[in-house]
Amino acid sequence: MLETLMLSRMQFAANISFHILFPTITIALSWFLVYFKVRFNLSNDPVWMRIYRFWVKIFALTFAIGVVTGVTMSFQFGTNWPKFMETVGNIAGPLLGYEVLTAFFLEASFLGIMLFGIKRVPPLVHTGATIIVAIGTTLSAFWILALNSWMQTPQGFEMIDGVAYPTDWFAIIFNPSFPYRLTHMVVASGLTASFLIAGISAYRLLKGDNKRAPYKALKISLSAAAILTVTQVYVGDLHGLNTLEHQPQKIAAMEGVWDTEQGAPLLLFAVVDEKSRTNHFEIAIPKMASFILTHDLNGEIKGLNEFKGDHPPVAPVFYAFRIMVGLGFLMLALSWSSRIVLARKKKLPKWMLRALVLMTFSGWVATLAGWYVTEIGRQPWLVTGVLSVKDAATDIAPGNVMFSLIAYLVIYVLVMWAYLHTILTMSRRAIEVEEIVEQQEQLSAPSLQPKEV
Amino acid sequence: MFDKDTLAIIYVALMALTVLLYAILDGYDLGVGMLMPLNDDKQADTMVASIGPFWDANETWLVMAIGLLLIAFPAAHSIVFKALYLPTLVLLISLILRGIAFDFRAKALFTHKPLWDKAFKFGSLFASLSQGYMLGQFIVGFDQGYMGIAFSVLSAVGVAIAYTLIGAAWLVMKCEGALQLRAIKWFKKALFISGAGVLAVSIVNPLVNKDVFDRWLDTPVYWLLPVLCALCFGLALFEIKKMIARKYADNANDDRCWTPFALTTAIFTLCFGGIALSFYPYIVPGTLTIWDAVAAPQALNFLLWGAMIVIPTIVLYTAYSYRVFWGKVSPLQYY
Repeated sequence: MLETLMLSRMQFAANISFHILFPTITIALSWFLVYFKVRFNLSNDPVWMRIYRFWVKIFALTFAIGVVTGVTMSFQFGTNWPKFMETVGNIAGPLLGYEVLTAFFLEASFLGIMLFGIKRVPPLVHTGATIIVAIGTTLSAFWILALNSWMQTPQGFEMIDGVAYPTDWFAIIFNPSFPYRLTHMVVASGLTASFLIAGISAYRLLKGDNKRAPYKALKISLSAAAILTVTQVYVGDLHGLNTLEHQPQKIAAMEGVWDTEQGAPLLLFAVVDEKSRTNHFEIAIPKMASFILTHDLNGEIKGLNEFKGDHPPVAPVFYAFRIMVGLGFLMLALSWSSRIVLARKKKLPKWMLRALVLMTFSGWVATLAGWYVTEIGRQPWLVTGVLSVKDAATDIAPGNVMFSLIAYLVIYVLVMWAYLHTILTMSRRAIEVEEIVEQQEQLSAPSLQPKEV
Repeated sequence: MFDKDTLAIIYVALMALTVLLYAILDGYDLGVGMLMPLNDDKQADTMVASIGPFWDANETWLVMAIGLLLIAFPAAHSIVFKALYLPTLVLLISLILRGIAFDFRAKALFTHKPLWDKAFKFGSLFASLSQGYMLGQFIVGFDQGYMGIAFSVLSAVGVAIAYTLIGAAWLVMKCEGALQLRAIKWFKKALFISGAGVLAVSIVNPLVNKDVFDRWLDTPVYWLLPVLCALCFGLALFEIKKMIARKYADNANDDRCWTPFALTTAIFTLCFGGIALSFYPYIVPGTLTIWDAVAAPQALNFLLWGAMIVIPTIVLYTAYSYRVFWGKVSPLQYY
């Protein structure tokens, strides 16, 4: 049987990987909803209300799964990682506390008004509630990424008898990797939501839904994806430079560099072999890795051998990084090409729609791959230089952890199946809805917002 | 800046308030979940609609309570949840099940709805039972022996019934017609059982726990709590009997539909106060006081300043949300 440490790591990875899928969608989808609602308020064109209503349902579903899978996290710290809070609790605690206080209550309370209150509050208040929910989801990302970044690049504290005490909260929150990680994640969320909207709209168009709503949603989401992919290339590059400065061993693992090199090649593909500490079957662009990371063709990249015994496992970081970047460039190519075709021809060829449907959840895969790069890349540390993962683990019997891990996995499969199934059902239902007749639109627009029930 | 000892008191008070609010707020929506009939789709819809705008925020109080324990008393957090590893698992899985069932039942294929309704009902039931079990374990100091388990099972059933009581009270307040009548009957039934339950726990608790026994014997002023509690039970019974009489006399007057909920809230507060007084200042009964477990003042002060601004704001917008959805529930419509 596996040991408690390994099982706890697997369980935490399973919990947080499954959880993050849903906030990744809602952080950005909430801002899309704000956009749809504001467009409706400005134009009074019911098609925007249609789009809003379709996506707010998916938002509600996604948000609910995010909440209930997130509750799990608050128990995990104590049960599986007791030393984490005992060592850095004085820093992690308040950051988590601020997340609950400023974000969770805000989003949960206004979500009620946003979902069920449209007939009970004035239109502007409803739009306000939608905006507040979006602010709430973003604030939540702010606090949790502040904590995560602090674990990667800790500062602003002192160690007394093995316990971390805060000395400078500003330095703790705005630690070196935080601005980059936050931007990178928020843009990743934007891409995830964009491709979700694009994929589902493309599915509806493919199935013969020729109403205006899916077409408009497709157009908006592709525009957003086109802008965001380019932004992400830039932000990702900055994040990489920041990582090189603070966690060079992570970069060495990402690039598969064993010996310190000047003019290191960019490995498009390779099979990394940690036993013999070398790569096989390399496909490489000469000097490119040095150029990207140091902006100098002959720049120096520190190799893994300089960090022997203190660097992360290479293979998962190396491959996950390639999956993330590969998907990123695929998203870039698809969003630009399809947006340009859409602008010229006012419709997309079938193969492009199919490609978008295939890419519906590409954001999930890329985001998870990215998180694996950064989190596995942090190993063997839990908090860099302060606390190692194995020192933080619990002493619960492995059988208990095995049992809970299996229980979580079973429920996650069930939830995921139901989630995908329901989104598909909702999309099919939306196809059958009649288009709004132009005449009635004008008449019925005001009555969409009666003040009293 | 407060010192360590003061902070321990401030944070334990804050945590107590949070746990109480959680028990009342998520208590009523878990209770509604447990009461949900599987044979009457329309009533089930109305019941779900009555908690729709609130359950998310209600559950956030749990995250806050656990968060406060984690932040302010990290040593206690790890003792408590390592001892309660499996009940915690049951709680979390149940909360996941019922949370998603709530949304899926309205959106999935029609043929799947009964399945999600069951998930919602039994998810609510097991979430309540596991909370009660955890409370029981806390009271007996995590004694996993025969007596400890027996008491915890009693407590599990007690909490589940208390949640049905407040759930029924919520429905009496928020619903009309046949469903309200049904809720009135549920309330009456739950009132008798929970009255007996509170009595049983109040007798058994001092018997299994000598410290508690001495404490209640030494401080006569504590006895005000059970007296007030009994008074609330009596008043609730009086109100509900009058309500039943009115309904059968076809008297539409529904002005006092809020009384069962208000009285149940009072009962919850008094019972919670009784438990709190039995154990203060222990955060893990018999092992760890709040002063042993409290985190560093630098951390707690930093959070406290924010909390002093944010918590009143939370109370304000929560009140606003309840005002928006004031009165009898209308059919649930997603927009």
